[in-house]
Amino acid sequence: MMIRRPSDVLPSEITPKDVYFNRRHFIAGAAALGVAGAAPFGAGAAPLSAAKSPLSTDEKLTSKQDVTSYNNFYEFGVDKADPAANAGTLKTKPWTVRVDGLVAKPAEYQLEDFIKPSTLEERIYRMRCVEGWSMVIPWIGFPLADVIKRAEPQSGAKYVSFETLYRPEEMRGQNGLLPVLDWPYVEGLRMDEAMHPLTILAVGLYGETLPNQNGAPIRLVVPWKYGFKGIKSITRISFTDKEPETSWNKQASNEYGFYANVNPGVDHPRWSQATERRIGEGGLFAKRRETRLFNGYADQVASLYAGMDLRKFY
Amino acid sequence: MPSDRGAAGTQKRGIAVPRIPTLLVYIVGFVPAVWLFYAGVNDRLGADPMRYLEQSLGLWALRFLIGSLAVTPLRQSLGINLLRYRRAIGLLAFYYAALHLLTYLVLDQGLDGSAILADILKRPYITIGMATFVILVPVAVTSNNLSIRKLGGQVWARIHKLVYVAAIGAALHFLLVVKSWPMEPLVYTAIVAALLGYRVVKAFTRKPSPRRRAA
Repeated sequence: MMIRRPSDVLPSEITPKDVYFNRRHFIAGAAALGVAGAAPFGAGAAPLSAAKSPLSTDEKLTSKQDVTSYNNFYEFGVDKADPAANAGTLKTKPWTVRVDGLVAKPAEYQLEDFIKPSTLEERIYRMRCVEGWSMVIPWIGFPLADVIKRAEPQSGAKYVSFETLYRPEEMRGQNGLLPVLDWPYVEGLRMDEAMHPLTILAVGLYGETLPNQNGAPIRLVVPWKYGFKGIKSITRISFTDKEPETSWNKQASNEYGFYANVNPGVDHPRWSQATERRIGEGGLFAKRRETRLFNGYADQVASLYAGMDLRKFY
Repeated sequence: MPSDRGAAGTQKRGIAVPRIPTLLVYIVGFVPAVWLFYAGVNDRLGADPMRYLEQSLGLWALRFLIGSLAVTPLRQSLGINLLRYRRAIGLLAFYYAALHLLTYLVLDQGLDGSAILADILKRPYITIGMATFVILVPVAVTSNNLSIRKLGGQVWARIHKLVYVAAIGAALHFLLVVKSWPMEPLVYTAIVAALLGYRVVKAFTRKPSPRRRAA
């Protein structure tokens, strides 16, 4: 399904209310075209208000259409269009998040209770996929640090691991004859990375709750790392003393490391990471952009990796 | 019973294929390319139009390559004779491979010579893709009656056996470009393997021809 992109949205226009009305227009337009059933927004998309953040970039946003129709979410298929087409089957209500491992306060939360103590912020971040393309996405979320502090990690807790749902009846990509990944999807961060103010749990984008294809109802966003670190549809957050396994690392450890920091100087074994294509920028004849170290967040995060050989710890 | 007879022989027994002008095969064959360029220029290829165009052209090249390799098994096993169209199908594979390569060089890499060279030297899937294209050049250049006459049937046939190598290269190129092991490239690889496997089996089970014995 091809829908022409809506005209470019200025950063000044992305107050939730405006976006909300734009969405209405878009859905009305889509319905008029008879494509409402395939519209890339979950039925439950609801407006979310959020405070602006100084950590946001002022770069031009990638259109909502592109952000919600061009996704890697292998639980729903390997094609970029598959998640938008297939993720509608995922039931995100009710949703629980378990917090366990080396913490003083392990608990299982209903999603609402999990989010409630935090203040939602809009964070406009660059997103760099390991495949060599990038977007600028207005996430809505809150610092992962909030969750960590509330859980009160024990002194031995050095890492945080995350787990997605395994529910093949709702996630058709988990049914394949040959599993593309070892389900469920798992990811992890070092404690200092997890505590970093840039690291957020996102519950929305473009002024609304997350569409399923973008990882509803709650996902990780770590803007200086390749996109696959941003685990979607999180059901469990665990604290450990050992570096946790991560899905892509298990699949091909020579290609996808635990750290997966965006780095133009460290190529993927099969392709260069020096440049990227910014989605929605210039169409067919767009020029590649130079990829920046730590995806342009080096000032904030480079110190986390001081003294580490980034070629070895890719 | 497989037949070694030519077109005239199988038409009688096998499934009749309506004769169409080969020009029509080219015209229909180029429809995807024309549509892709049109849709690409008009921003109708989704979020990443360059990638879509590049991958689609490559996929069509592989499809036509598979089509050209399917002609002989179809004729020998099912009596469907498409020999008349094999040259057109094979050349379409070459043209699509050329468009795929051109898209990579111009639209993807922006004719950045050092980036392209680094890609070819450092990345196996690009090395293999380039080699596959190079292998297809002599096959395409000699895909005409004049070449058959000038080179003689045996030399010509030998050159055209390079298509088997190109098919392996194309399948590998596809397998190496994706993350993990998704279904699509595996299916295409299986088809290539089946079509080449057919020829291996044939080569081992063929009765020696009287002519060879006489020599």
